[in-house]
Amino acid sequence: MLTYTKKIQELAQRLLTEGKVDLVIGYRRGTIPMMNEPVQVRNAEQTDQLYWDSFCGVNLANYLPKRAERIAVVAKGCDSRNIVVHLQEGQVQREQLVILGAPCQGMLDRRKVWGRLDGQEPLKALEDGNQLIVEGKGFKHSFDRGELLQDNCAICTHRNPVLYDELLGDLVPEQEGVDRYADVRAIEELDPEARWQVFEELLAPCIRCYACRNACPQCYCPLCFVDESKPQWVGKSLDKTDLRTFHFLRAFHLAGRCTDCGACERACPLGIKVRQFTKKLEKDVWDRYQFEAGIVLEGRPPLDTFRPDDQEEFIK
Amino acid sequence: MSEPFEPKIIAFFCNWCTYGGADLAGVSRLQYPPNIRVIRIPCSGRLDPKFILSAFRHGADGVWVSGCHPGDCHYIAGNYYARRKFALFKGLLEHMGIEPGRLHFSWVSSAEATKFQQVVTEVTGIVKALGPAPHYIKKLAEVA
Repeated sequence: MLTYTKKIQELAQRLLTEGKVDLVIGYRRGTIPMMNEPVQVRNAEQTDQLYWDSFCGVNLANYLPKRAERIAVVAKGCDSRNIVVHLQEGQVQREQLVILGAPCQGMLDRRKVWGRLDGQEPLKALEDGNQLIVEGKGFKHSFDRGELLQDNCAICTHRNPVLYDELLGDLVPEQEGVDRYADVRAIEELDPEARWQVFEELLAPCIRCYACRNACPQCYCPLCFVDESKPQWVGKSLDKTDLRTFHFLRAFHLAGRCTDCGACERACPLGIKVRQFTKKLEKDVWDRYQFEAGIVLEGRPPLDTFRPDDQEEFIK
Repeated sequence: MSEPFEPKIIAFFCNWCTYGGADLAGVSRLQYPPNIRVIRIPCSGRLDPKFILSAFRHGADGVWVSGCHPGDCHYIAGNYYARRKFALFKGLLEHMGIEPGRLHFSWVSSAEATKFQQVVTEVTGIVKALGPAPHYIKKLAEVA
């Protein structure tokens, strides 16, 4: 995967020098290992900071809505799907974009790596084929990549970008026979009180920092419902009902739009599995309307259209 | 001796159909349980899911949303869009642990006073059997 770094730098250099784009959005190394951060490069001389490895989980589609510049953006499978949703929703124009498609083998979860280090501090994390080698003071561990994948990457079925202008490498084989909704079904089988408790425990650590909302490319409203007053739909407190309302509505606003990129879960400082809300919707949207968000540009999102014969078994 | 439980049910009725149906039930002197508090909305498509959550947060034991039959929408297609929204909303609400019997949807036209009477009786019965809402009530004061 490291070969992508060189390709991104070359492409960025060329696009900026030729004046095809005003800026390139990509990743650079963070200040600590396994924490790559987004970077916007406007100058051809600064393209050498662009970087790629398996910790580029941040969804760069988040930086596209409501911009006037011409932008080149590095996009994994999920990022590209979010770009498609943006295009459908008119948040960005196709002519503005040069999409540098990155076929992806799944991003690694830094928390899973930390969890295996027994509190030792990693100073370097390098990839070698299917292995991740983590080094620190007095230790060097080698882990199998497959065991460290982000939860959403482990069940990903769209690793290749769905829309791109340039490819950073060969397309990768898609995962077959993945059971995407085992966890959702497990909750569905419980009785209501038990389901309530599942989410009670899930949300207990939440401090309402809104990191999940801010990391989400699909959350771009100028005024979020949590900031509305008169009427105020959700209080500002850590009251359990407010917490639920926030998480419930945040998820509901992603119905038929969420691509399960995992940005929300990745951003959560408390490690809450917030995807449990959006996954249920994703499953229902598929079961009812056979729709997957951000796969094709044509057509409308499921809540922006209807069929006269939609199922209505729940209506009297 | 304690009073029997009487549920509070917030009912969102579309102006053109169910609201008319409720009116017809009234002028026809049809009897139905007095547990619903009606809120008139222009169209079932106007119903923002926030309204339902807001009702539950404020202590409603049940919520009932009713509009025109498919094909009869005053705005041509409002209820078709609403139907998709409702399906996903109800699914997620129940997934997170609200009992299935607390949220109801129906299509009642302005001529269906008897259907209105039937549905309101049924909804009230189901919510009454569930008892007072145990969860999802905002107990602290709202502050901006």
